[in-house]
Amino acid sequence: MDLKEKLLSSFMVFEDRVDTNTYVHDVRNDAIKTFEEKGFPSKKDEAWKYTSLNKVLKEDYSVFPKQENALEYSEVKKYFIHDIDTYKIVFIDGKYSSHLSQTTHEGMDVCLMSAAFSKPKYRLVIENYFNKAANNDSLASLNTAFSSEGAYIYIPKNKLVEKPIQIIHFSTGNESALMLQPRNLVVVGENSHVQIIERHQSLTSNPVLTNSLTEIFASKRAIVDYYKIQNDNLKASLIDNTYIKQKQESIVSIHTFSFGGNLTRNNLNFYQEGERIDSTLKGVTIIGDKQHVDHNTLVHHIEPNCESHQDYKGIFADNSTGVFNGKVIVEKEAQKTNAFQANNNILVNDKATINTKPQLEIFADDVKCSHGCTIGQLDESALFYLRSRGIPEKEAKALLMFAFSNNVLSSVKIPELKQRITKIIANKLGVNIGFDL
Amino acid sequence: MSNKYTEDDLREELKTKEYEYGFYTDIESDTFPNGLNEDIVKAISKKKEEPEWMTEWRLEAFRIWKDMIEPEWANVNYEKPNFQGISYYSAPNKKPKYNSLDEVDPELLATFEKLGISLDEQKKLAGVAMDVVVDSVSVATTFKKTLAEQGIIFMSISEAIKEHPDLVKKYIGTVVPKKDNFYAALNSAVFSDGSFCYIPKGVKCPMELSTYFRINQAGTGQFERTLVIADEGSYVSYLEGCTAPSRDENQLHAAVVELIALDNAEIKYSTVQNWYPGNAEGKGGVYNFVTKRGLCETNAKISWTQVETGSAVTWKYPSCVLKGDNSVGEFYSIAVTNNFQQADTGTKMIHLGKNTKSTIISKGISAGKSQNSYRGLVQINSRAENARNFSQCDSLLMGNECGAHTFPYIEAKNKSAKIEHEATTSKIGEDQIFYCNQRGIDTEKAIALIVNGFSKEVLNKLPMEFAVEAQKLLEISLEGSVG
Repeated sequence: MDLKEKLLSSFMVFEDRVDTNTYVHDVRNDAIKTFEEKGFPSKKDEAWKYTSLNKVLKEDYSVFPKQENALEYSEVKKYFIHDIDTYKIVFIDGKYSSHLSQTTHEGMDVCLMSAAFSKPKYRLVIENYFNKAANNDSLASLNTAFSSEGAYIYIPKNKLVEKPIQIIHFSTGNESALMLQPRNLVVVGENSHVQIIERHQSLTSNPVLTNSLTEIFASKRAIVDYYKIQNDNLKASLIDNTYIKQKQESIVSIHTFSFGGNLTRNNLNFYQEGERIDSTLKGVTIIGDKQHVDHNTLVHHIEPNCESHQDYKGIFADNSTGVFNGKVIVEKEAQKTNAFQANNNILVNDKATINTKPQLEIFADDVKCSHGCTIGQLDESALFYLRSRGIPEKEAKALLMFAFSNNVLSSVKIPELKQRITKIIANKLGVNIGFDL
Repeated sequence: MSNKYTEDDLREELKTKEYEYGFYTDIESDTFPNGLNEDIVKAISKKKEEPEWMTEWRLEAFRIWKDMIEPEWANVNYEKPNFQGISYYSAPNKKPKYNSLDEVDPELLATFEKLGISLDEQKKLAGVAMDVVVDSVSVATTFKKTLAEQGIIFMSISEAIKEHPDLVKKYIGTVVPKKDNFYAALNSAVFSDGSFCYIPKGVKCPMELSTYFRINQAGTGQFERTLVIADEGSYVSYLEGCTAPSRDENQLHAAVVELIALDNAEIKYSTVQNWYPGNAEGKGGVYNFVTKRGLCETNAKISWTQVETGSAVTWKYPSCVLKGDNSVGEFYSIAVTNNFQQADTGTKMIHLGKNTKSTIISKGISAGKSQNSYRGLVQINSRAENARNFSQCDSLLMGNECGAHTFPYIEAKNKSAKIEHEATTSKIGEDQIFYCNQRGIDTEKAIALIVNGFSKEVLNKLPMEFAVEAQKLLEISLEGSVG
């Protein structure tokens, strides 16, 4: 039985098991129909031209984990940003772990989607926001159909959230192959500010496929900083769908750090529904082996006087493949738009591949839109300069690569996180350089 | 220069200006019945007195075409042509071979006069040889003798099939195979005529070769086939330009151009395209679905330059396959769309050999309610060491009802590849105009100046004779839309 059939047949069982809020029930049923119609995307779809899911879909995934698994904090401490106080929402094999988490209901809600779905007091929020940003792509629909658990973050008006929120999904590998479909909802009220860090981590080498979906709603003048750390092991694949709706004068930035995983696909969609909005999409990708990372971004400029900044850096070694597919749409009404897109890549080996397609679709005349895209190597003379001053080749190369990705790193606003990422990069490049960037 | 003539006047004037070259010459032509089947293909081949192998080649292409589906990926909307509603052959029926202009059908000469391209003048102009194509069959060939002295073959492709079958057989379909795409297959099956050019080893062609294409018969598709072969160490510059009479129903044009540059050869191929773009309401106009591709062997160079101002729908990607080491591909393009025109154009640079270089400069100008897309592919294969590409696509928007789009595909499989891609979209800056105004240049002139500057990089690449015409075309298609 292939995965599609399996998912379709288990939907019945799933739908019986979860509590049925009528609104959510209807949304799920519509979504499964869409998925049944569309199926998994294939290379024939323009948006999936360079990324094939075939291999990943061949595994015999179990859709519902059979047992609950527990983890000791000491085992997994290293995956947390543990040197600062944070809120934590932790899932183990898709199930909430109250033991590892630290949630709150004081003045805001940092809790679970399952609670939000079932408790009447969240009903209004769910009906107003759930599935209101996501589109009906086949994978987004699949996630919607099976949405039951994930992080629920609701920040009311005028609230500065003092601690960052960490969302971490662990998979224990107790199942031979596991498919996870976490669903997150983030609603940020007017003038509020929140920082969120998201991570998916598989603890063994059993295959995991995560099809995650996050919806973010930023109200007027809200500020949202969202960081995605993708440093999973080589058997874990991730399809990360993120949909962001912004109201006027809000500022949302999403940083994606892709270092690990077998196949990683990021679908990042920004919809600007107000004036003077600022959207930032940045990413660093450093991969090797046979890894595959695909960034598929969309910024939809609907109203005038908005800005968007995209900056994606990639370093590709061994047999790895990098894909960047960035799309900027500027509607007729969106005059005075400022849209900037950059994608810079370095190929380290002959067998690595880069496919990039920065797209602009512009219907307004008074705009400044530009994109730049480069593929190249490290500067030989810069390398020579460093080596002539006694820095070994490996370290010199690493230094230059650090510098290459610094544009993205420098806008990370949590110092501890920046340090952590610097360490991961150093690790990835096989050097031991002790400095902060 | 009267100051009373305002921009609004100009806009009004251009809006109401009918297509200048919209007239229709009645030359008795023998036209085939509408529709396409194997018999029609055989009949075309027979009509042209082609050898057996060519008939077979056409039939094979027709069989491939039958099973193909019309592509829909391009960023254009149009009513699909009814391929069974088109007549696939039409030729002026008087076709004696002329040696001097006096023998040419006077009605035809008058047509050229109206177009402002009298053969006389052309002959005098810096040695331009003309192979005039009216409705698919060569009528006049000039300067043939001069070319023959150098061993250069420049004739219509139907003549070439008869006179130089070995060359045609060896090269036709090698760069654009029959099954390449829907329109290439259709063209391979029914191509009516076109130009053939062969430059022997080490010869620098002493003059610019040029062919004027015109569509002149209601309801006939034009299926040109051009084959240019530059043998080792040779050089040729080829010009192609066209205007078409204004007709109400949509006219289909599906040409195939194949360029082959052998070792150390260089081909420069320039196009000025100004086919009827439809009227201000977007009615009528030519559909232009063209496959153009060149193959570069070692140290060879192919350079495409195009100025596209016409056609209702354009679908055109002149490409270079950089097969040989050190080969060079260039693409310079200006695409101007106005009213309801739609253009999806760009290039493909396929780097296969070592040290291959390619440059892409594409300028899109959209006005009115038009849509202008750049679609390009830069592919560096794993064996293409030290490949280098530079691409720049700039779009200029005039008015808020048009659109500019870029779809660049970049695929790199070699670590030594160096690729740069830049794209910008903007309108004419108020500060730029202010700067000009401040120095006593009125707005209208300032805009012309800025547009000219915007396109200069490409205009400069055109041969002299064409640069003048191209600049004229830009003025006609654009200035009125500047707001």
